[in-house]
Amino acid sequence: MSAIALSSVRPRRVNPARWGLYAFILITALYFLLPLYVMIVTSLKPMAEIRQGHLLALPASPSLAAWVRAWTSACTGLTCEGIRTGFFNSLRILVPSVVISIVVGSLTGYALSLWRVRGANILFGAMMVVAFIPYQVFIYPLVRVFSFTGLGQSLATIVTIHTIFGLPTMTLLFRNYFSSLPIELFKAARIDGAGFYQIYARIMMPMATPMIVVAVILQTTGIWNDFILGLVFAGRDNLPMTVQLNNIVNSTQGERAYNVDMAATLLTALLPLVIYFGSGRWFVRGIAAGAVKG
Amino acid sequence: MERSNVDITKLQIGFGGLKVLENLDLHVDASEFLVLLGPSGCGKSTLLNAIAGLIEVKGGQIRIGDRDVTWAEPKDRGIAMVFQSYALYPRMSVRKNLSFGLKVARTPQGEIDSRVGEAAKMLRLTELLDRRPSELSGGQRQRVAIGRALVRHAGVYLFDEPLSNLDAQLRAELRVEIKRLHARLGATMIYVTHDQIEALTLADRIAVMQGGVIQQLDTPKKIYREPANRFVASFVGSPAMNFLRGRIVRNGGPAFIAGDVRFDLNGYAFRSPLSDAPAVLGIRPEHIEIIGSDHPSAVTARVEMVEPMGADALIWCRLADGTAFSFRADADAKAGAGDVLGLRFPAEAFSLFDDQSGQRL
Repeated sequence: MSAIALSSVRPRRVNPARWGLYAFILITALYFLLPLYVMIVTSLKPMAEIRQGHLLALPASPSLAAWVRAWTSACTGLTCEGIRTGFFNSLRILVPSVVISIVVGSLTGYALSLWRVRGANILFGAMMVVAFIPYQVFIYPLVRVFSFTGLGQSLATIVTIHTIFGLPTMTLLFRNYFSSLPIELFKAARIDGAGFYQIYARIMMPMATPMIVVAVILQTTGIWNDFILGLVFAGRDNLPMTVQLNNIVNSTQGERAYNVDMAATLLTALLPLVIYFGSGRWFVRGIAAGAVKG
Repeated sequence: MERSNVDITKLQIGFGGLKVLENLDLHVDASEFLVLLGPSGCGKSTLLNAIAGLIEVKGGQIRIGDRDVTWAEPKDRGIAMVFQSYALYPRMSVRKNLSFGLKVARTPQGEIDSRVGEAAKMLRLTELLDRRPSELSGGQRQRVAIGRALVRHAGVYLFDEPLSNLDAQLRAELRVEIKRLHARLGATMIYVTHDQIEALTLADRIAVMQGGVIQQLDTPKKIYREPANRFVASFVGSPAMNFLRGRIVRNGGPAFIAGDVRFDLNGYAFRSPLSDAPAVLGIRPEHIEIIGSDHPSAVTARVEMVEPMGADALIWCRLADGTAFSFRADADAKAGAGDVLGLRFPAEAFSLFDDQSGQRL
């Protein structure tokens, strides 16, 4: 009887251990959100209020003046046109780099997925390792190569650089996805008379939508956050937003305009933030896509 | 509709050092339904892929409709193919799946519509034309795959284990549908399977393959009744053929001795000259009959187990020396474990094989 009575008691959902866990999660979340909070409130305060030193206090009268200044008139070195030039530079670097690296990467991935020889997995393992070699190692040789070929520093150069550095990851991403598809699909399309590129464009890529989303996320955040490659290869007129941000923050004379710095930083971080929040669902779906056929 | 014959001469296929097919010859008549039957790894799919032009050959010649297509692209061979995994284009509707090949070949839209409509009607796909493959059942998907082949109006249709992914009932339904399609179109069809029932039911002729070699190429009836060797005998037929080891003796009329049981061979059509030699006697379960143990030519055996199979029953027995075999009897045959039965083994239903080579004697 007692055994039955015991097992018939429904366990309480929330016990003290659970409460401890929730408390821990909450505190950790607050801890990591703190810098973001400080940045946001600081960017909304005028300098007079910041000088009083109440870091965590809410702004007495919130104002977007610092944001406007950061966007339109903050000084990035010699010019004082705000961070917007950097934003548009970054956009001009980003769009072609993302598109080209995904097109080239998916095409090579597609070609390599058909190349099923022994040792292929070792080769792709090696490619994966190469993808993790720090960029700094390549910078000097690449600078020499580009100055030798006369390309020097330009928009085309930085786009080429981003495409090259994106290739290993993009190729592997698409190769792994395409190898998970039945080879008979390719055979059927060949019998239907479609050629290599037709099969790629009309059958393979439409199937790879989740992979394309993942690739866009990876490449966009990677390229947007890039600092050193943009600094070295983009040239004076095309410096990306990250470099401009650094110039704003580090080259102030006189009093440091913390509110403008914070606003500029948040503006720079906006695009990756939007992408992360907007696409988490797709990201998971893309990673799981290879696992389920059909 | 064009109906092409297929001629394969001295075909050689290998991957690296591995030889899959060597000097294989095969002729398929126009309008014939030929089944390539064999266990996995016997080279049957390789052969089909070579006919389709999906793998390169090392030597030999493939002719389709009296055209040498050995090095032609798949699309230029006048073939269509149906795959085991359906291989439908997942992001296209059924209609687009059917018309893709014609679109690629720049067929006029009117012609595309009429061919798609015709194939859809034939395969009862008309209501499904605007669905995606993911919204179809397995049987429907395979019908779409067959439809995609039909719209090509090809000279030869190739089927690579098209029913192996389906459950038993659907498989039987689609089998009938394919047979009906062949009767209606009169098209040349080459069909790969490892399922001997499919082969026996569908084929005009069956090529039984093993180790990259065609073991026997004949009508289903001949394959079943007169297997050319022990491999064919054991691969075709379910429940499987019984094999008894023993020797042939000419003394006192030709006979087969297994242990202390003597099987009369009068009435067996020998292919090779008769000689005293060790041999294997094969007999199908349905050819053994109960005649009562008092009959003079009866072979007695003890029942070990009865497997009821619905329409009939499979009775497992042992001869006096312990050799096991099975036979088919009426579903209501009165036999139980431990009973002793008198059985008749008719010589005209025997298949005798050489003990060493396994070839039919």
